[in-house]
Amino acid sequence: MSKTELMRTSLYVGGTSPARMIQSGFYHADCLVYDLEDAVSTGEKDAARFLVYNAIKYQRPKDKYILIRINGIYSSELDEDLEAAVRAQPDAIRIPKVEYAEEVARIDEKITVIEKEAGLPVGGIQIWCNIESYQGALNARDIAKASPRVVAMALGAEDFTASMAAQRTKSGWEIFYARNLVLMACREAGISAQDAVFSDIKDMDGLQRDLEMTRALGFDGKTCVHPSQIDAVNACFTPTEKEILNAQRVLDALRQAGMNHTGVCTVDGGMVDKPMEIRARTVLAKAKAAGIEVGGIVQ
Amino acid sequence: MIKNCLGRELPERIGDYVVRPYMGPYDTPAPGKTVVTRRMAGHWIPGESKRKETLRDAILASGLKDGMTISFHHAFREGDQVIAQVLTVIRELGIKNLRFAPSAVVNIRNPSIVDFVRDGTIGRIEASGIRGELGDSVLAGEMENPVILRPHGARPRAIEAGELQIDVAFIGASAADDYGNCTGQIGPNACGSLGYAFVDTYHAGCVIVVTDYLVEYPCVPRSISQQYVDYVVEVDSIGDPSKIGAGAARVTKNPRDLLIAERTANLITASRRFKNGFSFQTGAGAISIATTKYLADCMKERGIKAGFALGGIPAAIIDMYDKGLIRVVECSQSFDAIAAQAIVSRPNVVEIDNADYANAYNKGCFLNREDFGVLGALEVDTDFHVNILTGSSGEMMGGLGGGPDVAGAAEIPIVAIPIIRGRTPSIVKRVRTLCTPGETIAAVVTEAGIALNPNHKNYAELKEDLEKTNLKLVTIEELQQLVEGMTGVPKPIQTTDKVVCIVEYRDGTVIDVIREVSTR
Repeated sequence: MSKTELMRTSLYVGGTSPARMIQSGFYHADCLVYDLEDAVSTGEKDAARFLVYNAIKYQRPKDKYILIRINGIYSSELDEDLEAAVRAQPDAIRIPKVEYAEEVARIDEKITVIEKEAGLPVGGIQIWCNIESYQGALNARDIAKASPRVVAMALGAEDFTASMAAQRTKSGWEIFYARNLVLMACREAGISAQDAVFSDIKDMDGLQRDLEMTRALGFDGKTCVHPSQIDAVNACFTPTEKEILNAQRVLDALRQAGMNHTGVCTVDGGMVDKPMEIRARTVLAKAKAAGIEVGGIVQ
Repeated sequence: MIKNCLGRELPERIGDYVVRPYMGPYDTPAPGKTVVTRRMAGHWIPGESKRKETLRDAILASGLKDGMTISFHHAFREGDQVIAQVLTVIRELGIKNLRFAPSAVVNIRNPSIVDFVRDGTIGRIEASGIRGELGDSVLAGEMENPVILRPHGARPRAIEAGELQIDVAFIGASAADDYGNCTGQIGPNACGSLGYAFVDTYHAGCVIVVTDYLVEYPCVPRSISQQYVDYVVEVDSIGDPSKIGAGAARVTKNPRDLLIAERTANLITASRRFKNGFSFQTGAGAISIATTKYLADCMKERGIKAGFALGGIPAAIIDMYDKGLIRVVECSQSFDAIAAQAIVSRPNVVEIDNADYANAYNKGCFLNREDFGVLGALEVDTDFHVNILTGSSGEMMGGLGGGPDVAGAAEIPIVAIPIIRGRTPSIVKRVRTLCTPGETIAAVVTEAGIALNPNHKNYAELKEDLEKTNLKLVTIEELQQLVEGMTGVPKPIQTTDKVVCIVEYRDGTVIDVIREVSTR
């Protein structure tokens, strides 16, 4: 199982390239997604399953959360994908193009059967759901709660846009509502909300602008399609020094108020309420997880 | 057979070459005698011309004969057209069995150097590295005499020790006047610094300047002075400008290389030596250029200015100079057009003699004052020994360059290297060819972490500095085992007993030899 709970970045790695799979472990992505779906041509599905299985069994990177993206729920590859994926024991299986909660439940059952056959602990493998159509977005609340295995949900912007007959733009307004639907469903279910990929790997300025939206809306992580995007995305989810200091001040004020037995406290003239406290604690948790030493605070 | 102090087995003699085994990086004292030179006193009568109409005329005038030694510099890199023209004329003159001693062998084609080896024009080669078709030919045992490979700093030492005596030096110059004053800084084929040509002009028996851009007397700027030059020849072309800047310097987009480069810069900036006035050299490899850029960012952020940058200079270093991040650029070679042009246009970008850059056996070289040197490598082993010559199939892949010199002199020499290239491990138990002794390497930076060398003189200092950061420190053994787990152990390459290359260290001792690859 993974040695980190951070899910700021998940990097897609094609399942047909052993060199890239090995190399991906050295980048700063929190999660690696070995792909059996879009990055693998039809004729290479068998080879990819074999390579991904062996990569995870024998070359599993330390300190990374490992996922396998399987082929679609209605694909003829599904059963063989699940057989290989479950036995490889990744941290999670990422299911593309989920539209209904029942689909997730069905995959959950199949995983359970394989876990039992393989003598693996039942429920050990988690599920991430990709929402890639208007139907999936509309059913996001049910999907997020479809199985206890579901720990994260992500928006797939390209397919979603196609399903809407919308145009994909760099400003991203065409996915704004879907982003919010997915995000709210994740919040309700208490699972991780993963933002859509930014697919132009040469446009780092565009990525930065997209990340401003990612961050402002409140996503927990974002999928990367190229290693060059990882540091920027991680940085997006790493609190700034100013944010950390501010969070420390909020919690210090609360602690002081507790010691003085006063019910309320203020920072910079404003009252500290419960949401502010939660935000402050979240900021410090992210800072700590990103390797920033934050001292002097009782959390 | 004898063994040097690093355990490499060496014959006592290889043909007429008497092997002096390597004893340690600083164990060979100065020879305690005057330098050797073939330079002849001259007497040019006023009005007497140095111009020769053709290369043939100049070569005939030089008195070149069978078995003599000729030299070239490698500043035109892959765009060089001087070497092929000169060798072709020599072949036409029927001169045979020459010792070919360029500062480095560049890959030239149509004709290639191999053609001149096969027809007997070239009988021996002494350089810093050979690769490509020539490398394959040497490894296949096509040359009767072994090739002698020396680091850049060791070449002027060998010349001044009389071990490499140059009869005729051919100096390609992008501009020259008719009396021999010349430079690489101007002209249609400007290559920048002629750093590697100086020692040849000082000590060769005859110096012939070859140019395609004859300028009005006197030539300014002037790298090499008329007082060392015997003849001047104008030819149609000395180089291909599109290739003069190619072959070494390039900016990488490879995320793995960028990761290693960033870590290398992080190591440098974490060191206590990273302060105003520090000195460094990053070289021209993909990782090196990227390291330079990361380093520049950190210098800007922390308001630190380097005292000097050294060695082969790419555009990235000139950019730092222009931004006020470096006080002086000491340039032994220019890696691209921007760096080549910079010597003319920037007052503190200075051309230096290669001996001034790297020779350990003069009265002091710039490298002795260098803080950080970033080096590339093909392999590093668990003793931190470095191979920069032979690849995974035994083929000749590179040249010694200045690697052993930088490692032997700089305070913090860093090898920046990916742990795997293709399917080939770069961190191994024992390097195939030992070029740079491990005790002169302070750190190996990889995508999987930084390994510090406990046997390096500045280990304690560097360890203390890096432990204050969040940089990932690993042992070299951990790296080796990690790689071996991924790639397995490649099958050893079978060789015969025939020595085809002698690898000399900075002091002229033999650090390793390369044997003929067995075809069975």
